[in-house]
Amino acid sequence: MKYRTKLMAGIAAVAMAMAAPAIAEPVKVGMITTLSGGGASLGIDARDGFLLALKMAGDAGTEVEVVIEDDQQKPDVAVQLADKMIQAEQVDVLTGIIWSNLAMAVVPAAVAQGKFYLSVNAGPSQLAGSACHPNYFNVAWQNDNLHEAAGAYANSEGYANSFILAPNYPAGQDALAGYKRFYEGGLAGEVYTQLGQTDYAAEIAQIRASGADSVFFFLPGGMGIAFMKQYAESGVDIPLIGPAFSFDQAILQAVGDAALGVKNTSQWSKDLDNAANTAFVAAFQAEYGRLPSLYASQGYDTANLLLSAMAKADVSDADAFRAALKEADFASTRGDFTFGPNNHPIQDIYVREVIKEGDVYTNRIVGTALEDRADAYAADCKM
Amino acid sequence: MPLTLLIEQALNGLQYGMMLFLMAAGLTLVFGVMGLINLAHGSLYMIGAFACAAVAAATGSFWLGLAASLAAAAAAGALVELLVIRRLYARDHLDQVLATFALILVFSEGTRWVFGSFPLYLSVPPFLSGPVSLPGGVTYPAFRLAIIVIGAAVALGLFWLIGRTRLGIRIRAGEADREIVAALGVDIGRLYTAVFALGAALAGLAGALVGTVQSVQVGMGEPVLILAFVVIVIGGIGSIRGALVGALLVGMTDTLGKALLPSALAQVMDPSSANAIGSAVASMLIYILMAVVLVLRPQGLYGQGAR
Repeated sequence: MKYRTKLMAGIAAVAMAMAAPAIAEPVKVGMITTLSGGGASLGIDARDGFLLALKMAGDAGTEVEVVIEDDQQKPDVAVQLADKMIQAEQVDVLTGIIWSNLAMAVVPAAVAQGKFYLSVNAGPSQLAGSACHPNYFNVAWQNDNLHEAAGAYANSEGYANSFILAPNYPAGQDALAGYKRFYEGGLAGEVYTQLGQTDYAAEIAQIRASGADSVFFFLPGGMGIAFMKQYAESGVDIPLIGPAFSFDQAILQAVGDAALGVKNTSQWSKDLDNAANTAFVAAFQAEYGRLPSLYASQGYDTANLLLSAMAKADVSDADAFRAALKEADFASTRGDFTFGPNNHPIQDIYVREVIKEGDVYTNRIVGTALEDRADAYAADCKM
Repeated sequence: MPLTLLIEQALNGLQYGMMLFLMAAGLTLVFGVMGLINLAHGSLYMIGAFACAAVAAATGSFWLGLAASLAAAAAAGALVELLVIRRLYARDHLDQVLATFALILVFSEGTRWVFGSFPLYLSVPPFLSGPVSLPGGVTYPAFRLAIIVIGAAVALGLFWLIGRTRLGIRIRAGEADREIVAALGVDIGRLYTAVFALGAALAGLAGALVGTVQSVQVGMGEPVLILAFVVIVIGGIGSIRGALVGALLVGMTDTLGKALLPSALAQVMDPSSANAIGSAVASMLIYILMAVVLVLRPQGLYGQGAR
């Protein structure tokens, strides 16, 4: 009896020793993202990019099990989903949240429970600064980055009298603060609009009368569509600058000709010339029959970051897995990509111009606004 | 503030008011004639916008799209009246609110199922695109000017319909006493379906026009619906004239408040806090206006006495 127990234990030990290097423990990912409502196109693109990367990774991709749920862009729903994923589904990694207010509701609690969080989009300043955490990695940008780049671009064009506008909510205030952090000229006007406003006639009249030489606007989603169409109809021809959020593939088709020639800032563009990006754009079009957006590239990069860490460490060894994530040893669609001390990206941010290719409105890169930009909050991060 | 800017903002207020009038006219007709609170009115507005965008994209003609928006919204309105609303006339307002709220969800999900979550593209017809120059050095988008003209034409048409035609007499009589009208041999069921379809068509027209200026997306009707209710509370329930005056008051107050308040406050405080306080107060102005009207005339400006 004793002999047989020892033998069994021995066989088991050998079997485990042989198995361990061959197959790492599968990683369970909980993806909470926005799949319905006005903001659905962002979540759908991030999800599709993420799943595409897993599919392209072949066998390694099958080691990732993804649970996907719709947060309906509501913080309370996102918190419920996160609780369910952590407690019932026992996921190792959470990802997918698009909106900063939802990220603030979910991320601090999730990382405090020892889970990893990889952000495909939202990068609120708190999580980059005082509330940073070793288990939180942002694979997109810090919220201010693209606005900062717009300010830098305005300087390089010699603009000295900008009219700036954004909705009156935290991300809108961050946007104008980000622009002003780099922009050196004066302001012809600074206007906060209502969140969700779709008629900008009054603001456009103010812009017309203000004598501005440039207009910076941050109006995500349907707000930006409405603004750009009305701006074009108004006959005001002061150049527009905005962050890439108002210029992704879905929005551009809705805006149409009104967006042509507008400059916007982004860390990614489909014409970025590197092998990873070329493969991504081709595969995305083949798989989904549409052009990828910025959000799709961020989802794709997030999945590849996860795969790169899984190749080096087991997720059950949190310290090793964290170190492997921090190395960011994957081929990003944006080219150079490293994490700063607060686990936020250090990357180039480009200036793009809206063009028309055949029937499709899209962007092309016309310059670089900021090189190797980190963010303004890293110094506040103590970890 | 330069005079040209003031004139442009006044035109913006007028255009906004006319758009609200198209929404509120249908709502107030249904409310006044049938005593029905229809929360799904915003969904009919959305249907008009989607029908216009889909047909305009398929045929390349904005005008066919506009015709389709009227037809689709009227058809949807008639269908909803026959299938759902008809059962609600005798019920109290709470049941009506609940049922028509359910209709909002059905229409939103249905539209998303057919058209997807991405916003649709609807462009201004070529000869109305771009700005026009008005006397006094004011430039103004041609399409917004067209909305003002269309709104005014619809207002005149409705006054004629309600005040001068047989259908109008029946509508007014039905409002006063539906049993007597029915006893006189008027098919009150058909009359209600017609009124509902007319109100729906007006909402569809507003949706198509606004969708052209802004964007066509699921859920676009709900914010406008709230404003339309403010308009009929100010104007008085069931009164077309009240809807017109109320809509223009709300449109002007909102637009001019947003334009003038921040710069007025900037005379007495520093610009950034003037801007913040000014825009906060400006967004409250129409509700303050509604409260003042309710205090002075609880039945609204053109309401028919206490109900």
